[in-house]
Amino acid sequence: MKRALKVAVAAAALGMSGLAAQAEGLKVGFMATLSGPPAALGEHMRDGFLLGVKEAGGKLGGLDTEVLIVDDELKPDAALTKVQGLLERDKVDIMAGVVFSNVMMSVYKPIIQSETIMVSANAGPSPIAGKACSPYFFSTSWQNDQNHEVMGKYAQDQGYKRVVVMAPNYQAGKDSISGFKRYYGGEVVDEIYTKLGQLDFSAEIARIADAKPDAIFTFMPGGMGVNLVKQFSQAGLSDKVPFLSAFTVDETTLPATQDTAVGLKSGSQWSSTLDNPANKAFVAAFEKEYGYAPSLYASQGYDAARLIDGALKKAGGKDDKQALIAALREAPFESVRGDFKFNTNHFPVQDFYVVEGAKRDDGKYIVKVVEKVFDDQGDAYAAECTLK
Amino acid sequence: MSATLLAVQTLNGLQLGILLFLIAAGLTLVFGVMDFINLAHGVQYMLGAYLAVAAYGVTGSFWTAMLLALAGSLVVGLALELVVFRHLYDRDHLDQVLATFGVILFLGEAVKVIWGSSPLSLPVPDLLSGSIPISDGLLYPVYRIALIVAGLLIAALLYVLVTHTRVGMLVRAGATNAPMVSALGVNIRRLFMVVFGFGAMLAGFAGIMAAPILAVEPGMGDNLLILAFVVIVIGGIGSIRGAFLAALIIGLVDTIGRSAATDIARLVLPPAAANDVGPAIASMLIYILMAAVLFFRPSGLFPARAG
Repeated sequence: MKRALKVAVAAAALGMSGLAAQAEGLKVGFMATLSGPPAALGEHMRDGFLLGVKEAGGKLGGLDTEVLIVDDELKPDAALTKVQGLLERDKVDIMAGVVFSNVMMSVYKPIIQSETIMVSANAGPSPIAGKACSPYFFSTSWQNDQNHEVMGKYAQDQGYKRVVVMAPNYQAGKDSISGFKRYYGGEVVDEIYTKLGQLDFSAEIARIADAKPDAIFTFMPGGMGVNLVKQFSQAGLSDKVPFLSAFTVDETTLPATQDTAVGLKSGSQWSSTLDNPANKAFVAAFEKEYGYAPSLYASQGYDAARLIDGALKKAGGKDDKQALIAALREAPFESVRGDFKFNTNHFPVQDFYVVEGAKRDDGKYIVKVVEKVFDDQGDAYAAECTLK
Repeated sequence: MSATLLAVQTLNGLQLGILLFLIAAGLTLVFGVMDFINLAHGVQYMLGAYLAVAAYGVTGSFWTAMLLALAGSLVVGLALELVVFRHLYDRDHLDQVLATFGVILFLGEAVKVIWGSSPLSLPVPDLLSGSIPISDGLLYPVYRIALIVAGLLIAALLYVLVTHTRVGMLVRAGATNAPMVSALGVNIRRLFMVVFGFGAMLAGFAGIMAAPILAVEPGMGDNLLILAFVVIVIGGIGSIRGAFLAALIIGLVDTIGRSAATDIARLVLPPAAANDVGPAIASMLIYILMAAVLFFRPSGLFPARAG
């Protein structure tokens, strides 16, 4: 009996402190993939976001901020359960994060149905950019097709006549190829689809060498990309066949691929070499705080925190949700990627670049800008979105 | 597909097969001799790679790193045997699967805590860093050839050990009937420990050899473990010879299948459909092969217990 009473008191105390926090502070639910092979992506994004919160003195928009970090395990069902916990039990004010599109698609409905603001720091599946868009959803990354389109446009501009494309055999892999083809008009001599999670690409590399293309385009995130880049270079192809990619050469894979990825191209909206004051401050602060070079995922996480901070300040707090949404739409912050404004579907209108792997003077590997491909580019689905 | 491409793919297939053999050899010995299902074998492969990367970071020499990582793999293998596996030999397979799965989770997480979850890499040693031009525009890395040679040497060594030494005889006898060997006065526990340590070291060796061509990351052993189980099931559980031949067959079927399936599908289907069907069939091929082998020869191609 006595114990039951104690528990009740403790619960009441907890409940009260919860209430108190709700009245004064800001609760942000941050979901990222933090286990399994792609965990590095989630860690970069999380570290970027937390740096943004820290630089705001732990107070986004002047409100004491509590960030509840949850691991989605790259399992849509587990993610759904955890998001429901965040929404109903923890009563978070804002949701942010999410690396993978399949996870996003599973948590999107409950979040927007509860009229909670969601700031995606990575995943940008086409339905959310198009028909299923929502006033509560904002993205500080891109629509999924865009980084692939960058490479398609680049291949076209470079005058590559024959290209081999290769991607894992799943939805995002096929979307990647169709994104590439949207801007590439030359001949695709071979389309290779590999098993998701494949380790050895020697068979595919032999095929590529045999086809003698002007360039290859590939989408191999995480460890697959590391394996492909190393093996591509060991087969002596990196000097002969231009390597165009998306989400394959970045600061999450460069520590492993090192010199073998130097000069390999990728499409991106950000690089640590972009010359603007916000970016310089971000890169310096990030490396000081965490000791490793930030990737585009880190920059998107950081921008998400800064967007929330700026919008809360502009709206004068979190209580008037419509005012907050209106403030978010104006993107009241300096993005580390330079130009940034929201399209009608709440995805960014931004510049895209071709970047390539490079070794910095201090020995760290980063991607540096080669050239700008798109200026103030929106995505292909915004017209389908009914938001105005 | 041209003749040179076929030759290159055959080499690739051999090399994948050799890698699988190195992992499957330890697995089949432990499973065959001790009747013990060790799901953590893939983790031992991963540890070999991580230890090599760590040792390389300290010593800066691939060869010293390899020796240190081999010793480390042996120590970890023996420690696991002593702390966990020893208590499971008399339990049923489900307990073994649960406990060794726990070891996977524990060591997988430990690796992440120590080394982080970003993929790491081990550079190819200078001695083996060149490549040989095979056809116009395609070089074959010397390191991959070295991997094939190393694997063949290990296979020969195992063959001699198993068929021409006293320990090998006991191992074969143990695979056929362990209680009888024990009744004849052989310290079966010690034999188990030797086999186990050796198996762990082979898995570690596979990890070290794979580190320069594959990403060193948490969970790198999980996919290969499944393939290794396919190998030992096809080869016949407990049979080194079976594991060797089955590993080469799997390596060749998988590699050539991946390379040719789409082309073959294009002969009978429109290109768009062939792009869907080809890769799907290629990733199923080895499992179809396994099902066929199990249907015609339920105890594998070279069963150790064939009497």
